[in-house]
Amino acid sequence: MATFLLPLLVLCPLAASLIIFISAGRMGARGAGTVACAGIGVAAVLSIIVSVILLSGPTGGGLQVTLWPWVHVAGFSADIAFMLDRISMIMILVVTIVGLLIHVYAAGYMRDDPGIARFFGCMTLFVAAMLVLVLSSDLLCLFIGWEGVGLCSYLLIGFWYDNPANTAAARKAFYVTRVGDVALLCGLLLLATATGSPRIGAVLAAVTNGQVSASGISMAAFFILMGALAKSAQVPFQAWLPDAMAGPTPTSALIHAATMVTAGVYLIARLHDLFVMAAPVMALTAVLGTLTLLMGACAALVQSDLKRILAWSTISQVGYMFLALGCGVWQAALFHLMTHAFFKALLFLAAGAVIMRARHEQDIFRLGGLRHAMPGLTVAFVIGASALAGLPLVTAGFYSKEMILSGVWHVRFGLTRDWTVTGHPLWAMALLGAFLTALYIFRCVFIVFFGKAGTVAAGRTSRLMTIPLGCLCVLSLCGGVIEMPDTLPSLHLFSALLDPATPLSHADEPVWLVLAGAVVPLAGLALAWMLWGRPSSVMRGARTAGGPDGRHDVLSRWQDIPDRAGAAAGGLVRAASARVFAVRAGFLDMLARWSGRIGRWGARMLERLHNGRMRWYAAWIAGGLCMALAVAVLS
Amino acid sequence: MPAFSFNDTLVLAAIMFSVGLAGVLVRRNMVFMLMSLDIMLNAAALVFVAAGTRWHDAAGQVMFVLILALAAVETAVGLAIILRLHAHGRPTLDADTGNLPEG
Repeated sequence: MATFLLPLLVLCPLAASLIIFISAGRMGARGAGTVACAGIGVAAVLSIIVSVILLSGPTGGGLQVTLWPWVHVAGFSADIAFMLDRISMIMILVVTIVGLLIHVYAAGYMRDDPGIARFFGCMTLFVAAMLVLVLSSDLLCLFIGWEGVGLCSYLLIGFWYDNPANTAAARKAFYVTRVGDVALLCGLLLLATATGSPRIGAVLAAVTNGQVSASGISMAAFFILMGALAKSAQVPFQAWLPDAMAGPTPTSALIHAATMVTAGVYLIARLHDLFVMAAPVMALTAVLGTLTLLMGACAALVQSDLKRILAWSTISQVGYMFLALGCGVWQAALFHLMTHAFFKALLFLAAGAVIMRARHEQDIFRLGGLRHAMPGLTVAFVIGASALAGLPLVTAGFYSKEMILSGVWHVRFGLTRDWTVTGHPLWAMALLGAFLTALYIFRCVFIVFFGKAGTVAAGRTSRLMTIPLGCLCVLSLCGGVIEMPDTLPSLHLFSALLDPATPLSHADEPVWLVLAGAVVPLAGLALAWMLWGRPSSVMRGARTAGGPDGRHDVLSRWQDIPDRAGAAAGGLVRAASARVFAVRAGFLDMLARWSGRIGRWGARMLERLHNGRMRWYAAWIAGGLCMALAVAVLS
Repeated sequence: MPAFSFNDTLVLAAIMFSVGLAGVLVRRNMVFMLMSLDIMLNAAALVFVAAGTRWHDAAGQVMFVLILALAAVETAVGLAIILRLHAHGRPTLDADTGNLPEG
């Protein structure tokens, strides 16, 4: 009885999307919004029903349904098949419920946009693609959802296509994630050919049984990691996400909270048995996650665009999830994914409402003092910000971040047989990241909502937009109490839910570990108050005197400390370094000149190849054919 | 007793293919290029028919029918493109003038 609900779950958003697209804009703003919300709403109800069915069944089991066979040749078969287990259960709940709240908000936010039908069509298709990704039990079927998510993000980022900057941002997102998609496809096909089946359960069983060679596992895990990094905007591929702010704000909320960027985290959590077998790739994941979380936090600290701050904070938070995945505590990664979905959706939706009422002003330095004009939105944004910063005890972000931090503290990477590395340096950096998180988000809060009044607020926030904000506020505050560290009342509902057989052990956890995780965000909040919050704060005065951010002024004061000994030593060092610099600069110059020359020469050659004349292309094809024939005949 | 031996047919097909290829490469008139393409397709189809006769397999003739349909479609699409270009104010059939991207 329950198995037919799974395809229905995907079908609801898909049907809503098809209805909206086929009506081709004849439906009107209200109609399109209603159809979209109804589609996602039915999906949310269905996902709750199947979750209850799954949980009431035997532990460790899952719902399986094969819709139709897709490819069946000798030695290889792929089906369109869905599977619901506990990992995908968490994901479908997050995707449909947060997606529903975002859709309700969007029905109010996009009310006056002429392209609202196209918007809702893409949004529901986005949710449908994400549900396919999450539910599929077959790697190739999963890839369909993966590509569908990429396509919908492209369509939505470039939604206002008459501005060339928006279409450029959309293309950038598409290209960057495409690089990762190719790597992911390589990894999936490697796995499928090595194990003979693309079915996830069979692949993982074959990997854990030792049917695949160690190097094969490492290669496949590395390629899959590359795909996940690109989709989740992690360090080598982080560039597309801040530009993706070009889309409408509900799109940003959907991409950041429920759908796009969490896909990579989900994929690695789903294949964690594979990653456990590839220790170097796990260590790489952890290191890249740490780098990303620090880099994202530092970048968010100097942004002046409200939405870009949130974008970089997403990159940083997803970095935490990758760190947890790299340390093997995938339960913590999924827990943080869930709480992050709540508070990031809340932050984006509140920011969207603020920007809308401040007449589309996004520069935080031109906003200011908004807490009098919009007290409700202020409360919502502050709740989201404190959940993001992980203020202790009262917010959801604290518990999930605490779970990651304690997992990182306990981890030991066995890189080779007799060389293990502890995770303590990564733990320290993650803690530094938590400090920076509190610093940058409360910088934003203090500048936008406190202090002198900036722009004049206009209008009211409609009821359709406040209701989702209220729900998300409750979720961001209370969504985390289902999992607590051992030093607090020991409660492990979430990890018991995910994996009842092997609960995480927090047995030997020192008390100061939790204490450090609790104190650090408070320290960040205090520093942010000192720098930007007080009426006569350091940065407010410095901003007018110094550079664009006031940082120059503070730094220059430190630099002119007179010190004769220091000056003499400095002279020597300067002379030596000037010599080294000249040699190095000469070498680098030569390198750069030659690479430029070779590049230009190659480009000219390629340009001659691509002259746009059809007959030349035909000649190249014929020439290549002759060459291939000659090689085949002569060899 | 077939009128041509298998080898003769292959030689004929090779000659037809070369004639078609040369036509595509040297003619600048797009209509003549389309005709040359059809000659190349017919050469390939001839090889299929000959092979079908040689090995007594009907699949060769099936492939010929498929190629015939493909050639018809290809000509139709090509002529439609030429007509569209003409309607957009490019009253020439010269294939070498279409190499610049225009709006």
